[in-house]
Amino acid sequence: MSSVESDVYDIIAEKSAVDRVKLKRDAKLTDLEIESLDVVEIIFAVEEKFDIHVPYNANDQELEFETVGDVIDAVQKLIDEGKPA
Amino acid sequence: MNRVVITGLGVFSAAGKAVPAFWETVREGRSVIGPLTIIDTSDLHIKIGAEIKDFEPKDHFLPKQLALLDRFSQLAVMASREAIEDAGVTFEGEDGERTACLIGSGVGGQQTLDESYYRIYAQGRKGVHPFTIPRLMLNAACSHVCMEHGIKGPAFAVASACSSSTHAIGQAYHMVRSGMVHTAVTGGTEACIALGTMKGWEAIRVMATDTCRPFSKGRTGMTLGEGAAVVVLETLERAKARGARIYAELCGFGMSSDAMDITLPDANGAARAMTGALKDARLNAEDIDYVNAHGTGTAANDVTETRALRMALGNGVAEKLAVSSSKSVFGHALGGAGALELVVTALAIRDSVVPPTANFTERDPACDLDYVPNQPRERKIRAAISNSFAFGGLNAVLAVRRFDG
Repeated sequence: MSSVESDVYDIIAEKSAVDRVKLKRDAKLTDLEIESLDVVEIIFAVEEKFDIHVPYNANDQELEFETVGDVIDAVQKLIDEGKPA
Repeated sequence: MNRVVITGLGVFSAAGKAVPAFWETVREGRSVIGPLTIIDTSDLHIKIGAEIKDFEPKDHFLPKQLALLDRFSQLAVMASREAIEDAGVTFEGEDGERTACLIGSGVGGQQTLDESYYRIYAQGRKGVHPFTIPRLMLNAACSHVCMEHGIKGPAFAVASACSSSTHAIGQAYHMVRSGMVHTAVTGGTEACIALGTMKGWEAIRVMATDTCRPFSKGRTGMTLGEGAAVVVLETLERAKARGARIYAELCGFGMSSDAMDITLPDANGAARAMTGALKDARLNAEDIDYVNAHGTGTAANDVTETRALRMALGNGVAEKLAVSSSKSVFGHALGGAGALELVVTALAIRDSVVPPTANFTERDPACDLDYVPNQPRERKIRAAISNSFAFGGLNAVLAVRRFDG
């Protein structure tokens, strides 16, 4: 498990009511029933942890992320983009 | 109980710094949302809003006054001057003591807070301006309106986030109706275009990235817009006695609390406030021709408000009335929003015109009422309601009726 993956699991478990053991790459976000305010807090914690900006808008009617793995990949991508070439 | 009428209107908004310009902009659905210039947006992801342009406070206030006036108080005083002149009321002697002044605001002096914190934490300065507290306090706008005009009756500020001014006006309505006072100067104000405030709103992830398009498919959220509005309420008896021009009758007020979630709206709570306003006004759902919606443009509000309208007014009735959101034009003025929207509602009734929902692009299947997209519509409005639903689940609805003498 990458450290990004582990850190993202830690943040989700801390900010929501989801049990850490349920967090796997293929876990569907809708199945985890994370409340909307928790999502906002999770994203803020991720931004602070990795010093990135996640362009998330709670009004987006089409969900970009389906699984926890999608979130981890997006975070990794933002971290890579932020690194000096 | 007294009947209560609206005899004076005043606004200070991005859509217009006086009622005639404001009403033309809103009636025609000309959205004034655009890039922000009054603050530095280089560090913001959301760089749009509705700001009051070409406003030089020093042209309207003495230097001694200005030192004590945060922008939110400036906007309120500007709106109050127009409303009081429009109504033609004076406050000498007993009239001043029998007039109430209730002004809502969500936060108060946000620019003062921002500037003070910046001095201490960013610039490392040792002290802040001695008037920091009297500038930022939530009741500052109310107190300055009282001092400006000599209003000496019941006066206080009302805070319930985005419902603040609707709660303030509702409370003032009760005071006039009961006979506690014969006149009320009431409304709300918010100067929300401050960097710290913008950062806070950005962080909660409900802000539109393009523009505010309430009830429309593809909407991306709400947009902040600074502004203030003040109305003059009087007993019908007094208004008639002095031959005042009457815009409309304020005839009902409903309130409720969701007691559910601090940010998510609840259709049941919103519907109870609407039902309460209708009952208070002794109006049936069929009597309502127009709803000035809360209509923030967020995914959650617009669907919930649509459901609440169906619950409160009934299927079969809800489809027949015109619903529009003025926030599409002048943004969300938070604690000033309800007052601005009551002014819109009164003028819509007076002119028999429904102002449109601007920036509407496509029908959202989850919002299935008539939102009067983009173009105004002629329609006689017998009665209307103006909705305000706040963060914290605090709902307030005013009912207004056409006054034909």
